[in-house]
Amino acid sequence: MLESLIQNVLNALQWGSYYSLIALGYCLVYGVLLLINFAHGDIFMVGAFIGLGVATFFLGNLGPELGLSGPVVLALTIPLTMILTAAVGVTLERIAYRPLRRKGAHRLYVVITALMCGLVLENGNLAILGASRRSFPQLIPTQVYDFGLFSVTNVKIAVILAAILVFIFLQFVVTKTKMGMAMRAISWDKFAIPLMGIPVDSIIVFTFILGSGFAGLAGVLFAMSYPVLEPYMGAMVGWKAFIAAVVGGIGDIRGAFAGGFLLGFVEIMVVAVFPSTMRDLISFTILLVILTWKPTGLFGMAKTTKI
Amino acid sequence: MKRSGLLLALVFSLGLLLTAGCGGDEQKPASQEGGNIVIGFNIPLTGDIPKVGESSRQAAEMYLQQVGGKIDIAGKPYTLKFVYEDNESKAESAVNAQLKLIEQDKALGIIGPMASKQAVPGGEVADANQTPMIAPWSTNPATTTDRPFVFRACFLDPFQGPVVAKFATEEFGAKKAAVLFDVASDYPKGLAEFFKAAWEEIHGPGSVVAFESFTTKDQDFSAQLTNIIRSGADVLFTPQYYSEVALIVKQAKELGWNKPIMGSDSWGSAELMTLCGDACKGYYFSTHYAAAGATGKTKEFIDAFKSKYGYVPDDVAALTWDALGMMVQAIQNAPLTGNLAQDRVAVKDALAAIPSYDGITGSMKFDPQGDPVKSAVIVKINDAGEFEFFKSVAP
Repeated sequence: MLESLIQNVLNALQWGSYYSLIALGYCLVYGVLLLINFAHGDIFMVGAFIGLGVATFFLGNLGPELGLSGPVVLALTIPLTMILTAAVGVTLERIAYRPLRRKGAHRLYVVITALMCGLVLENGNLAILGASRRSFPQLIPTQVYDFGLFSVTNVKIAVILAAILVFIFLQFVVTKTKMGMAMRAISWDKFAIPLMGIPVDSIIVFTFILGSGFAGLAGVLFAMSYPVLEPYMGAMVGWKAFIAAVVGGIGDIRGAFAGGFLLGFVEIMVVAVFPSTMRDLISFTILLVILTWKPTGLFGMAKTTKI
Repeated sequence: MKRSGLLLALVFSLGLLLTAGCGGDEQKPASQEGGNIVIGFNIPLTGDIPKVGESSRQAAEMYLQQVGGKIDIAGKPYTLKFVYEDNESKAESAVNAQLKLIEQDKALGIIGPMASKQAVPGGEVADANQTPMIAPWSTNPATTTDRPFVFRACFLDPFQGPVVAKFATEEFGAKKAAVLFDVASDYPKGLAEFFKAAWEEIHGPGSVVAFESFTTKDQDFSAQLTNIIRSGADVLFTPQYYSEVALIVKQAKELGWNKPIMGSDSWGSAELMTLCGDACKGYYFSTHYAAAGATGKTKEFIDAFKSKYGYVPDDVAALTWDALGMMVQAIQNAPLTGNLAQDRVAVKDALAAIPSYDGITGSMKFDPQGDPVKSAVIVKINDAGEFEFFKSVAP
């Protein structure tokens, strides 16, 4: 019983890490723009496919010439994927969200545009790469460390560590740097901020770079643990990460981080104890109860609007 | 100015789409009056198992090429036309595709759907509309039960489940078994239950120590696999499709599982090894035919397929070939009148009356239920990643 519990806590930490990494992206964009970027789950999917493309490029095309080994390819794949995925996120902002913002469209239209962008990414991928599943190459040999009570793999440890490091990094950026201060300021009052001489567009682009870049990282890490890629893989994970961010208190970095792990934990534990058909039912009921009890989420602040 | 440019671009792209749609659609929905025989294919070209649909279509295209697009019926040449409908590997889309094939494309007979999840509802539609259908790959009994118009080309799960249970008992000396399956899909769910029943019959009640489930589209099975590993099972049976197998097998190994894993005929796709890689080597599954070491007609088919498409055909391709062969034979035997509704009934009767069809997946004959009587093959995935013949089990 104890063995299963420890093992499942580790499983939950790994599964929650993906939710956290994606939820952080939702949270950043929401925090700055008050926009729920529903395309974010699909940016995660694009990240996984970009990672696949980059990895196979180095392994297949350049690898034999340069003699790159798996770990080296991985070390190249992660930053390159993050950069390229960030570029996709910024492109999306440029062609879909910015024109709407310039025209002063209502937030609702921007959210619906985001939903559309997600569908465009999914179906664009389906049209370009086809419906066949893709397999992510094994870049580093999986080491299983068996401690008797529980067993972990190197990938599992790396994923959990990555989620924690990204959280610390973002927390630092948002609370301690000038960029972060500007981000928070836009969120506070986006009409007064340009008057202070802060370039709003650059800050928004920076936000998208951060969010999408870490979605790319999540994509590569996800593909390493679950190496079967398909165009719709981001949709459900994205939705759930969004819910995790809301439960954590959307707009708060700590909330997104904690919410992601909470959701991962609840999902794994429900499956471990109940039949798997009950998973989403029970886990989302729990989240619903949390929201009823604290509608602003675990770390959220209640906002009052002066009329 | 800007707006009109956008409008122009829209109109232009719409026009492009329309012409593209028309270009590929020269064959008008035709009945057999014009000397055409239309056979419909209800197959998954997108969705969870796109490779299954692709294999099936490739086998059909090869068939069409080999017969030169024509068949002789009572001395007269008829043009053979195949219509491929994508069922997105969803049950509801399979029903829509089936209706389209029957009503719009005027198919004389239908091949497919492939997986039981689509074939069970698809069979209902075919039977209700009195259109003969052969499901090449669906092993769930419900597909043909009490449906005179529905046939199949493969063995059934009530046969396959015990075959796997018996094999695991004899080969690994296993006493306790674990099962991991998708509860939301007819095929894995049915097979998991047949396996459990057969296992408990051999080893007594409670010998299936873990009976864990998940839902379609799940990617993480760590909680279920943790339960399975802690249960002390000697063998894991997972009757899943190839894309899930790759995830299950890898995660099981990562959590410390080092005992045998067995699968069912849904493993036998050409894509299993590209997705699963080294992780699946050394495991066994029950299936319809083994490509490595085949002889005679089967070898001819494999060679022709390999030279055309560049890979060894999987059981879906072989079963589609056999289903198509039986359908064509039935059409040739049936007294065709030109009245579609009458002809469909005639083809159904001719299918039921086929004495014994010598196919590439073995010889078969339909029993009164529309199911063929044929044997199963246990295949081992060898170190080269080939599906190697290991044992044959007759009913």
